[in-house]
Amino acid sequence: MDSILDIARWQFGITTVYHFLFVPITIGLTALVAVMETLWLRTKQPDWLRLTKFFGKLMLINFAIGVVTGIVQEFQFGMNWSDYSRFVGDIFGAPLAVEALLAFFLESTFLGLWIFGWDKLPRGLHAGCMWLVHLGTLASAWFILAANSWMQHPVGYEYNPDTGRAELHHFGDVMFNKVQLATFPHVISAAYMTAGAFVLGVSAWLYVSERHQHDRLLYRKGIRLGAWVTLFAAVVVSVSGDYQGKIMTEVQPMKMAAAEALYDTQDSCAPFSIFTIGTPDGSSEKFSITVPCLLSFLATGSFDGQVQGINDLRAEYQEKYGQDPGSTYYDPSGKYSPIIPVTYWTFRYMIGLGMLAALFSALILFLTRRGRAPTSRWFARMAVATPLLVIFANSFGWIFTEMGRQPWVVFGLMTTAHGVSPGVSTTEAWISVLSLTLLYAVLAVIEVGLIVRFVKKGADPFEEPPDPTLRGSDDDQDRPLAFAY
Amino acid sequence: MELTTVWFILIAVLWMGYFCLEGFDFGVGMLLPWLARDDRERRIMINTIGPVWDGNEVWVITAGGATFAAFPEWYATLFSGFYLPLLLILLALIVRGLAFEYRHQRPEAAWHSWWDRAIIVGSYVPAVLWGVAFANLVRGVPIDETKDFTGTIFTLLNPFGLLGGLVTLLLFLTHGAMFLALKTDGEIRHRARAAAVQLGLLAAVAAVVFLVWAQSLTGNAGSAILFVVAALALVGGVLMARTGREGWAFIGTFATIALAVAGLFVALFPDVMPSSTDAAYSLTTTNASATDYTLTVMTIVAAIFTPIVLAYQAWTYWVFRRRISTHHIPDEELEAVA
Ligand code: HDD
Ligand code: HEM
Ligand code: HEM
Repeated sequence: MDSILDIARWQFGITTVYHFLFVPITIGLTALVAVMETLWLRTKQPDWLRLTKFFGKLMLINFAIGVVTGIVQEFQFGMNWSDYSRFVGDIFGAPLAVEALLAFFLESTFLGLWIFGWDKLPRGLHAGCMWLVHLGTLASAWFILAANSWMQHPVGYEYNPDTGRAELHHFGDVMFNKVQLATFPHVISAAYMTAGAFVLGVSAWLYVSERHQHDRLLYRKGIRLGAWVTLFAAVVVSVSGDYQGKIMTEVQPMKMAAAEALYDTQDSCAPFSIFTIGTPDGSSEKFSITVPCLLSFLATGSFDGQVQGINDLRAEYQEKYGQDPGSTYYDPSGKYSPIIPVTYWTFRYMIGLGMLAALFSALILFLTRRGRAPTSRWFARMAVATPLLVIFANSFGWIFTEMGRQPWVVFGLMTTAHGVSPGVSTTEAWISVLSLTLLYAVLAVIEVGLIVRFVKKGADPFEEPPDPTLRGSDDDQDRPLAFAY
Repeated sequence: MELTTVWFILIAVLWMGYFCLEGFDFGVGMLLPWLARDDRERRIMINTIGPVWDGNEVWVITAGGATFAAFPEWYATLFSGFYLPLLLILLALIVRGLAFEYRHQRPEAAWHSWWDRAIIVGSYVPAVLWGVAFANLVRGVPIDETKDFTGTIFTLLNPFGLLGGLVTLLLFLTHGAMFLALKTDGEIRHRARAAAVQLGLLAAVAAVVFLVWAQSLTGNAGSAILFVVAALALVGGVLMARTGREGWAFIGTFATIALAVAGLFVALFPDVMPSSTDAAYSLTTTNASATDYTLTVMTIVAAIFTPIVLAYQAWTYWVFRRRISTHHIPDEELEAVA
């Protein structure tokens, strides 16, 4: 790891995966907190307000770290990937700018209003603020995923040989890229799944805890809500993931071949391997379990569809891109393929961990049906494992998507090696990756510590929030703030 | 007007907005050890910016994004060139942002004082470094024919750059004190007002030296006018603070920062990043810009959404318009958690 390229890649991977540990929780939890607050307004049941405040607090702890790690993302394209930024800025910059204007202002402003506004805003408006925050997270996801989808499948642009860069021709095509239309539902449903599992896990832990016996009915609500959300979202995740696989086979066949470590083209009925011992690069295979024809189905929608293999694709790419060593799309290694074990395993972990979490939530729904009250240790362990499984599934999904695109940074247009900043020294890059990683590690400890602390403490007792619409004009200027830092 | 000029102006406006808004919340953070006597007073200070600091920070994210979209070359050269200062700013913004949200989560004094340090350091570092960066931007830095920055961190630490850092430091301190005088009540309000006057005088001296220097380096008639008005606004603000008109005083420093930043951008135009190696290598609004098509799309989006954003941000300030003083701060929940 002594080249600026390696360091920059590690930095991008570390900071982005880290950012995305918190992002899906925020996206999903803002929605669930908004639902809880709305249920309170509708039903007037104190429990819903208690859950709103409890999960609202956990959401804020999580949100803060999502915000501060996001700022790094915004600037590191320029810092470490300046040639990439030059090459794609005309296309890629626009969604980033629009995201900030449309989404980040909305999120941050209305979150501030929600946090501090309990005694200042009418109740409906207060709940509305959380809905707007959620809308902001969706908008944010839309634009950033559009930018990322363009890297997976560049559309709506034209290469300008005079300026040596890709230039935007159809903004609409970039916004409604077919990869984007598959990715957005997949990522968002995965986010709802994450938050559902989070509510489920936290509630179940408190549910079985001795200290919180008096509140079991409250946490039962959380368990049921969380488990239903996880299960429904898992269905959408699977359907959208299946669709995404087909789009991926179409636009990035190498990624599908790499996901399966499929070296030779299978003309029909390609098997899906679930598990392999030995090296998945095909040099030696000791043991493997496969499902006949499943890969053909995943990739093409038909059990006897053709799936192209790595070797054939490689020959094709060498032919297509290998002619011109001077350009930004030449892979000097001539491999034109990602690291196969990484893509093979991350793809399986994504699906495997996610589906296991779905199974757990179904089981928990079954165990808690019609007032049943399981208390066993295993029940709690399973519930607490669920959110962790989903969070890791998310990370594996991204690592697969991004690593599977390699050696390209923009598929078919620019290799990652060409995107890195030429002027940055390895010393600078080292300082940056080490300081960020160290800081992120410390912050992870602090954040997990806080979350655990507040989960242990449980939901605060019900307290009617001051209702500003019932208040006389300005007679209570001296009243303490309903919420203060 | 050329679209590139429109976007040059819009980016200038984003930076003006950023420095005017986050300027005071940097100031509040930097004044934390000087103006507050105890924890409750520190909480008063933090709560004056609590609901708004994140919205203020989004201005810089938008400025970054807009620069990326409208002037990709500028974004690439600036951020890869000013690498280490930018990294320090990012690290500072990370700990500072978390501190606001995490400080109140636990009652222990040690916990509070750690996060207080994060707020203080996290406010001083960017307050100084943004000034250093902007001064260098205007002065020009070594850029070669491939539009890459060829200097090192020490290139940026020249006297003009350092003076720029001192000016933003003092201006933001003053601006923060003005804001506190406007938003608090009781003793702390008086302390803030006294500090605003003293800091304002120091800031005025430093700012005048810096602006005269900047004017002599790259200025033109437009920037001269803006700089003069900026200096007058600062003096006016200080006078208003002395006579207790806190609203006007705050408007004074707000205007000072806006006008000074505007003046720097006017002095810069039509360059966006002048090269000190050879003027021919300078990045300009034309050779660094995105295509007309991208700028058109962005102009439409900005025209529709900027007024909406401004409206709801202004509304937040209205909702939280009340002054805060000691008795508004609720007691901390002291019960231990098992
Ligand atoms: C699918 C969703 C998604 C993805 C792929 C990313 N983010 Fe993110 N980001 C969010 C979803 C999100 C969010 C849910 O909107 C966050 C999390 C916490 C928050 O406040 O908003 C956020 C916060 C956030 C912030 C802080 C906003 C603020 O101050 O309020 C910035 C600057 C970025 N992100 C930038 C990026 C960049 C440049 C990314 C690409 C490398 C990226 N994010 C990946
Ligand atoms: C949606 C916006 C995103 C964009 C624009 C984006 C863009 C990029 C870029 C420019 C690189 C650098 C090239 C490289 O190192 O290969 C990269 C790499 C990477 N990204 Fe993304 N990414 C995005 C989202 C994510 C997310 C959310 C994750 C995961 C949580 C992620 C995971 C990675 C990883 C692991 C790498 C390293 C790959 C490698 O080192 O080979 N990306 N991505
Ligand atoms: C049946 C199950 C699933 C299938 C078939 C599936 C399919 C896929 C495919 C094909 C991709 C790559 C898209 C591309 O590179 O173009 C992907 C990416 C991803 N998956 Fe899944 N997935 C499944 C389950 C899950 C689960 C359970 C999660 C998390 C909770 C998840 C989260 C992600 C994420 C975050 C990405 C990266 C972003 C993206 O490109 O969409 N997936 N998935």
